[in-house]
Amino acid sequence: MKSKSVLSTIFAIVFGVLVLAGYLFGKNADGTLSLLGELQQLILNVAVILAGFAVLVGILNLLLVHLKKVRSKQKGAGYSTILIITLVATFLLGLLAHYIPKAASLFSDTFQFIQLPIEKSLMALLVVTLAYASMRLLRRNLNLVSVIFLITTLLIMAGMASWPFLGDLPFLSGVVRPFMTQVPVVAGARGILLGVALGTLTTGLRILFGSDRPYGGKDG
Amino acid sequence: MTGILQGLVGLGIILLSAVLMVGVVAWQRKSPASFREIPAFTRLRNSVGRIVEGGTRLHVSLGHGALTSPQSGATLAGLVLLGRMVELTSGGDQPPIATSGDAALAILSQDALQTGSQAFAPRKYDLTNGRLTGLTPFSYAAGAIPAIHDNNVSSNVLIGNFGPEVALLAEAAEQENSLTMAASDNLTAQAVLFASAREPLIGEELFATGAYVDAGPLHAASLRVQDIMRWLIIIVILVGALLKLAGFL
Repeated sequence: MKSKSVLSTIFAIVFGVLVLAGYLFGKNADGTLSLLGELQQLILNVAVILAGFAVLVGILNLLLVHLKKVRSKQKGAGYSTILIITLVATFLLGLLAHYIPKAASLFSDTFQFIQLPIEKSLMALLVVTLAYASMRLLRRNLNLVSVIFLITTLLIMAGMASWPFLGDLPFLSGVVRPFMTQVPVVAGARGILLGVALGTLTTGLRILFGSDRPYGGKDG
Repeated sequence: MTGILQGLVGLGIILLSAVLMVGVVAWQRKSPASFREIPAFTRLRNSVGRIVEGGTRLHVSLGHGALTSPQSGATLAGLVLLGRMVELTSGGDQPPIATSGDAALAILSQDALQTGSQAFAPRKYDLTNGRLTGLTPFSYAAGAIPAIHDNNVSSNVLIGNFGPEVALLAEAAEQENSLTMAASDNLTAQAVLFASAREPLIGEELFATGAYVDAGPLHAASLRVQDIMRWLIIIVILVGALLKLAGFL
């Protein structure tokens, strides 16, 4: 078990360094891929193929979770039954789609007329959820930052909206909103993104050092 | 030539960070690091006690950032936190559950749960505790909501790469009156979480989780290195602005 962990750590470090080197020195002066660049592409392509297999394992896991729910008659077992039936049906349609044109059309209809509308309605639900959360924010966490957050949100929304009988509000949409979105928001966003980039850098370094081992073995 | 120069600059930044990290670890042996208090982590530590004593459960949602994408940093930070939380809650009756929106990530979360449970409580590992709940952002959120409602969950940690759909998860946790600590590398998700989560982490606080849950000396050193690099960036920006103002650039 321990030698397996050592081996996977060595693999992770070697391939991590190779991919990193590919990002840094992956192109020749004439823009073509260097040896490191080609090696990086090869490793990433293998990773993509492995990720494809991982999807199959993940779907099997999804099936197991819901089968367990149905078997043990947990809360929501009815929904789990529907999920299992639709999952198997969609999977079969996907397999048959290569051989039967009617199945291919049904397969694409499944996404166009079931999956997409459901996701769009969840997005619509999100608007209500966020409006409610914003109202609750002041009750839960009344401080200066929360007040500034809400006032900024309201000002930008008012500046974006086209008002009945008035159209755009000249001062809000012409002065306040462009200033807010182009100066403080961009400055804050860049600061946060720089912080995220530095955090990502140190996270990557910990993996190259073999300290963090999310691929198996205890983190160090 | 520009490409090679950019590569060398990148390599220089990485090497400088690596050297600083090793140096800070050595320095911390003499003088241990102390960090400012972040209320979210204090409440998370308190919730661990409640989970163990109350026989409730922790739910960790890792988002849908693929490991081969630029968002993998946030995903890996989430996996580190998951591993540590499995250890911390190992004295409880119910092991944590992990949900994710990426298949490879779901497998890694199962690995973290299994490693933790084997090390501390050998009989508790259940394959279905690490779950893939959906492969698109909204299907992932829709699949993770029942995990919050149905599993005697008292605390939720939402950490990784999310989009605005994370509000649905935060709202579900709010309905259960459970603690929600939430962090994302995505700017939209951060704004959404500020309004909807009880304990949002903003910006690079996401990457401080390992240091605050004592995941290892390199995590504490990482925070110091980030601070040093941030000051270097500030100096470079200011010098650049001054040189531009003086007409040298």
